[in-house]
Amino acid sequence: MSASRPRTLFDKIWDSHVVERLPDGTCILYIDRHLVHEVTSPQAFEGLRMAGRPVRRPDCTIAVADHNIPTVGSRIPSDIKETDSRIQVETLEANVKEFGVPYIPILDERQGIVHIIGPELGISLPGTTLVCGDSHTSTHGALGSLAFGIGTSEVEHVLATQTLLQNPAKNMRIDVSGTLGFGCSGKDIVLAIIGKITTAGGTGHVIEYTGDTIRALDMAGRMTVSNMSIEAGARAGLIAPDQTTFDYIKGREFAPKGDAFEQAVAYWKTLPSDPGAHFDQTVFLTTDEIAPMVTWGTTPGAVIPVTGIVPNPMDEPDEGKRFQLQRMLDYMALTAGQKLQDVPIDVVFIGSCTNGRIEDIRAAAAVAKGRKVPFGVQALVVPGSGLVKKQAEAEGLDRILLEAGFEWRDPCCSMCLGMNPDKLTPGQRCASTSNRNFEGRQGPNGRTHLLSPAMAAAAAVTGRLTDVRQLG
Amino acid sequence: MDKFTTLTGVAAPMPMQNIDTDKIIPARFLKTIKRSGLGVHLFDPLRFNKDGSENPDFILNQEPFRKAEVIIAHENFGCGSSREHAPWALLDFGIRCIIAPDFADIFYNNSFKNGILPVRLPRAVCDQLIEDTKLGGNARITVDLQRQVVVRPNGEEIAFEIDPFRKHSLLNGLDDIGQTLQHSGSIDRYETTQRAGQPWMPSTAA
Repeated sequence: MSASRPRTLFDKIWDSHVVERLPDGTCILYIDRHLVHEVTSPQAFEGLRMAGRPVRRPDCTIAVADHNIPTVGSRIPSDIKETDSRIQVETLEANVKEFGVPYIPILDERQGIVHIIGPELGISLPGTTLVCGDSHTSTHGALGSLAFGIGTSEVEHVLATQTLLQNPAKNMRIDVSGTLGFGCSGKDIVLAIIGKITTAGGTGHVIEYTGDTIRALDMAGRMTVSNMSIEAGARAGLIAPDQTTFDYIKGREFAPKGDAFEQAVAYWKTLPSDPGAHFDQTVFLTTDEIAPMVTWGTTPGAVIPVTGIVPNPMDEPDEGKRFQLQRMLDYMALTAGQKLQDVPIDVVFIGSCTNGRIEDIRAAAAVAKGRKVPFGVQALVVPGSGLVKKQAEAEGLDRILLEAGFEWRDPCCSMCLGMNPDKLTPGQRCASTSNRNFEGRQGPNGRTHLLSPAMAAAAAVTGRLTDVRQLG
Repeated sequence: MDKFTTLTGVAAPMPMQNIDTDKIIPARFLKTIKRSGLGVHLFDPLRFNKDGSENPDFILNQEPFRKAEVIIAHENFGCGSSREHAPWALLDFGIRCIIAPDFADIFYNNSFKNGILPVRLPRAVCDQLIEDTKLGGNARITVDLQRQVVVRPNGEEIAFEIDPFRKHSLLNGLDDIGQTLQHSGSIDRYETTQRAGQPWMPSTAA
């Protein structure tokens, strides 16, 4: 491959991590950073144990428990009431000890959702390859890291070899231009993108997000966008590192310091896509297409502006698609032509790796301030990490939210997927800042509407899906 | 990992798009530290009623599809969560091959690691194979990996594409890790040279 050919950000990271290209084109790709959690790692460690293999690079690996942790009451692992959850956490703790893997204990204030703490602690860096046994690893692409989710067999492969067997992805560019309207955020951008390109639109591709709207986002907004790349079917999302990125990384615990930081920045500045680099697909969006967005169905692509009406399956010519649209309406207990704004909700969930950062909690608190969650609505705020929680409390956001009738919880994945006790009961309808509205995702027969933190807070204080712009 | 060479068996039609891994196996069944035993929870929300009884309308609860070894579906099979519990549950139930127009990337990768063959065929062909399943229990489908063909019950052969490395691994039941470790000299050299060029790269061991 000629070095003079203009290359994308993805091409550059890929090329610099190919250890060896096998005769059929499959590449042994070096992995710089491996994040490990309790749900997708037990069988990988067991595989190493059976084969008598060590972890090749514990110093490139870090583990944390996040999916199963209770958000109320004792957080001591032996106190977790659900036996299978407790066993998973205790198994992780035993495995990291046996294999010498760095670990952030649950009672450490730095514990949190793996995709929140990677960037927060300066572990996720531009130009690196980063993997985790979790599809939302795409989050870290916001820092210009080629970051993707892998299965448990691949977790074992990385633990044993610090590499993966991979074929290169195609390049896709999604360019967003214009000034984001009042009440809109990174979440609305990415939901609008998925609505436009569909949940399979990015399959086989790595998406690079470009354009002045993306440049203007803070790192939290960029992480929300990149996080949901997987919901567009993409292998990963990427945003070129810039001054916003460098300022974010500087001074974080695991980030390079002093001269090392300056050397790193000099390298990171070489990473953005070259002018004229080839993209296999390019999609353009303008902010005119982006309003506060809400999903109405059971796939993230089933999304419309909050001011819209639920589509009519009879308008769909393809019989199979018509059947699926009707099934989604039946599951969601919605009718064709219904206004989304009229729909009452039972539960609000603000948190997750998509929207559990301090900026997200600030946005929710700004809407909640001076308002009240009505009787009968439960509103949970679950910070993405202990450090987010501490910062929010230092800013008094917890008091604003508590006074408004929200519950202020401890960090965990929580109701995004209900592996801890936080889940919907059958038939409950939830306004959620998480990433998936699949059938049963937040609890069996629960109904999920995906939206931004500000929109979730607006739903909480009105008890129905609400256009946050109307609250002023 | 078990080899995959040739399979002749019952194919179950699941003509739906976006069959996500939460549907294949919901999160509440991921709290296991083993790979085995997940077949009883495969497609739980579709397969069982709220009271735990079988949903008779679901294809895998009907004869002859209770013993299906192949699933034929529509676009974007296996989207969503990266959970390898999805292929583990399929394998534990007895599914060794899935045929669809396309697959989500992570699911596609995970399948090969577990001896499951995902076959990409155009939508019109998938629909034809779905029609074939209506012929009943004697309508066996054959999937021949060596020759890269799917054989319809009427004997017609349909060719499919597959990456040669994956084909080789699956035909021989090879462990990826063992194969990669044969290249550990290259990995050592990469670490020495490439990382020497990036002395600023910090350790996760604080």
